[in-house]
Amino acid sequence: MATAEQQVEMTTSQKDILSRQSRISETVNAGLKSRYRSEARFRAYGAGAIVLALVMLVLLFVTIIGKGYTAFVQTELQLTIATSGEALGIGNDRDAAALNRADYQAQIKASLRDMFPDVTGRKERRDLYGMVSDGAAYALRDALAENPALIGQKVTLQVPVASDIDMLHKGQIDRTVAEAERKVNDFQIGIYDRWVSMGTIGLHFNTALFTQGDSRQPELAGIWGAAVGSFYTLIVTLALSFPIGVAAAVYLEEFAPKNRWTDLIEVNINNLAAVPSIVFGLLGLAVFLQFFGMPRSAPVAGGLVLTLMNLPIIIIASRAALKSVPPSIREAALGLGASKLQTILHHVLPLAMPGMLTGTIIGMAHALGETAPLLMIGMVAFVVDIPMTPMDSATVLPVQIYLWADSPERAFVERTSAAIMVLLAFLVTMNAAAVLLRKKFERRW
Amino acid sequence: MAMVETMTPEQTRTPETARPDATRSEGTAGSPLVGPGEDAKVSARDCSVYYGEKHALKGVSLDIKVNEVTAFIGPSGCGKSTFLRSLNRMNDIIDGARVTGLIALDGEDIYARKVDVVQLRARVGMVFQKPNPFPKSIYENVAYGPRIHGLASTKDEMDDVVQSSLERAGLWTEVKDRLDQPGTGLSGGQQQRLCIARAIAVSPEVILMDEPCSALDPIATAKIEELIDELRQNYTIVIVTHSMQQAARVSQRTAFFHLGNLVECNDTEQIFTNPLHKLTQGYITGRFG
Ligand SMILES: Nc1ncnc2c1ncn2[C@@H]1O[C@H](COP(=O)(O)OP(=O)(O)OP(=O)(O)O)[C@@H](O)[C@H]1O
Ligand SMILES: [Mg+2]
Repeated sequence: MATAEQQVEMTTSQKDILSRQSRISETVNAGLKSRYRSEARFRAYGAGAIVLALVMLVLLFVTIIGKGYTAFVQTELQLTIATSGEALGIGNDRDAAALNRADYQAQIKASLRDMFPDVTGRKERRDLYGMVSDGAAYALRDALAENPALIGQKVTLQVPVASDIDMLHKGQIDRTVAEAERKVNDFQIGIYDRWVSMGTIGLHFNTALFTQGDSRQPELAGIWGAAVGSFYTLIVTLALSFPIGVAAAVYLEEFAPKNRWTDLIEVNINNLAAVPSIVFGLLGLAVFLQFFGMPRSAPVAGGLVLTLMNLPIIIIASRAALKSVPPSIREAALGLGASKLQTILHHVLPLAMPGMLTGTIIGMAHALGETAPLLMIGMVAFVVDIPMTPMDSATVLPVQIYLWADSPERAFVERTSAAIMVLLAFLVTMNAAAVLLRKKFERRW
Repeated sequence: MAMVETMTPEQTRTPETARPDATRSEGTAGSPLVGPGEDAKVSARDCSVYYGEKHALKGVSLDIKVNEVTAFIGPSGCGKSTFLRSLNRMNDIIDGARVTGLIALDGEDIYARKVDVVQLRARVGMVFQKPNPFPKSIYENVAYGPRIHGLASTKDEMDDVVQSSLERAGLWTEVKDRLDQPGTGLSGGQQQRLCIARAIAVSPEVILMDEPCSALDPIATAKIEELIDELRQNYTIVIVTHSMQQAARVSQRTAFFHLGNLVECNDTEQIFTNPLHKLTQGYITGRFG
């Protein structure tokens, strides 16, 4: 009797459980579909975002490269110059002083007159002279300085043409436009066509772009000055911000007591990382230039300003890297009797190094592209000379881009894009270096 | 930074007179502690540890004898690791940890102001619950301790130290052909033996082991137990374990902790056959814990 009752009870409770289980699986099944749907939707959003980003990137590259690739070549004229002491205005002197005061411009003009004896009018001649860049005279000067014995002989040189003729050759000037609205007049187009038929004009690699400083004439302007300026600025920034940032992070993370003061410092560092960069420029102007009297426009001052800007980024990244080192490693070293400093130097820092380097490189990439704070300390100056030391006046790549983008000459448009390409190449190189460095240090076994 | 209350020199010199009854009032059963015995390597008197407000270890008095294996047993969270870590001042690195009372190594207070922690930890080595080899080569792992303490002046000497340490840890034959391979690439049991080799490479006088076998299979466990038995000849060993069998197998003395108190400390044989305290009896027979 009793056992039978128990039997019944058990079966009812078993039934209960069974029905409950089937109810649960039904509910789960009903929910499954919408769960999968939302997952698919989420994935689609993600893929969409990536596609959008890629499209933007491709667009960016296409426009920049499309606009800028022509800047890497420069139209040059093959000019045969019958050099003579009289034309140069130095008579029979051949010494350095004479070569210095020689009138190369006159010599170029003379050879252009020889080339087109039929051009006689004053205005026509002026137009003809204007078709060749000032760079022609510099090219002649360099050639003669190298070998003064050439004076009196015929010299054949590749000389750059004026930027408007360059534009004409690159097909960026519309001949159908009314003459008055064209940069190049009909007479000059006639001369240009004769050069083409003579086969003396052609495209050559634009060495000036990579060897010269800034210039008012686009065909003579180069980014080398700005690149060197950027280099010095970054070196100063790196040399200061990496050691200081790492030292600060190590102190805060490993040595500093945890109290209200360190909390305050931490909050402030986090806030500093979010301060607009131009504010650092103002600070640099007030402190480094006006108080410490550093030279204006110099990479040292720029590097110092960028150091200020970079420090919070590096400190935050380095602290995160230090935090991520497992405490068991510290315990192991301390347990063996290593001192705190030994533990940090031998074990913690090597493990944190990849993270620290990543933060530093991100900061440096920021610094490389930074314009606003450098404007404040005068690095926006027009600098023709290549800076020789970090104390010389200089500009940097992004500021150079800004300056060129602001210039009215057509030929600066393509040079702006070319400079952007060079800047991007720098950035890619730096990031690649970062990846390599990280790989090298990241032997996390 | 840990705040450590150091005792006055008077107390250091005469712990037995400083707190003769504190020990017994805590209710510790077993051999009555009067003072550091002849063969006591480490002795604790009324040692308490606080983590901030939390009183994790409550007035423990205990002698650890030289060339013996002492096992600490007790339910989880009873303060075994806490006590073990206070024996080589590893608690110093825990924020807000505070140690009071006396812990003496060879009769000298290790929390005294003049004691150098670096030197103390060279004398009292530690093997952690989780194997924690450095992410460096096997050789470097073992050589690190001797190097920072300047125990080997030439490469040959260092090679000898590394080899003998690995041999004593029973790992030499397995790794002798790949000393330049990463220590983290070994199996869990091998890593633990590497950590033991690393600890004995600096020739400490005392080795503290916090559940060294908790992550190991029975074979690796047996190897390490064998090793502990061998090491006993030259070292004083303290081992924390959750395994009654292990405690019974490897130790000569056993201390039973409960809720931060040392309940009983006695010969292992005595503890497992005839415990004086009913808490101990309950624990070893598996009624709680
Ligand atoms: N760093 C710490 N901060 C605060 N409290 C701690 C800390 N470490 C341990 N405790 C506390 O101290 C008490 C004792 O911990 P302990 O690690 O010594 O236990 P245990 O006996 O080793 O336990 P188990 O067998 O689980 O390892 C526990 O209640 C624990 O919560
Ligand atoms: Mg523990």
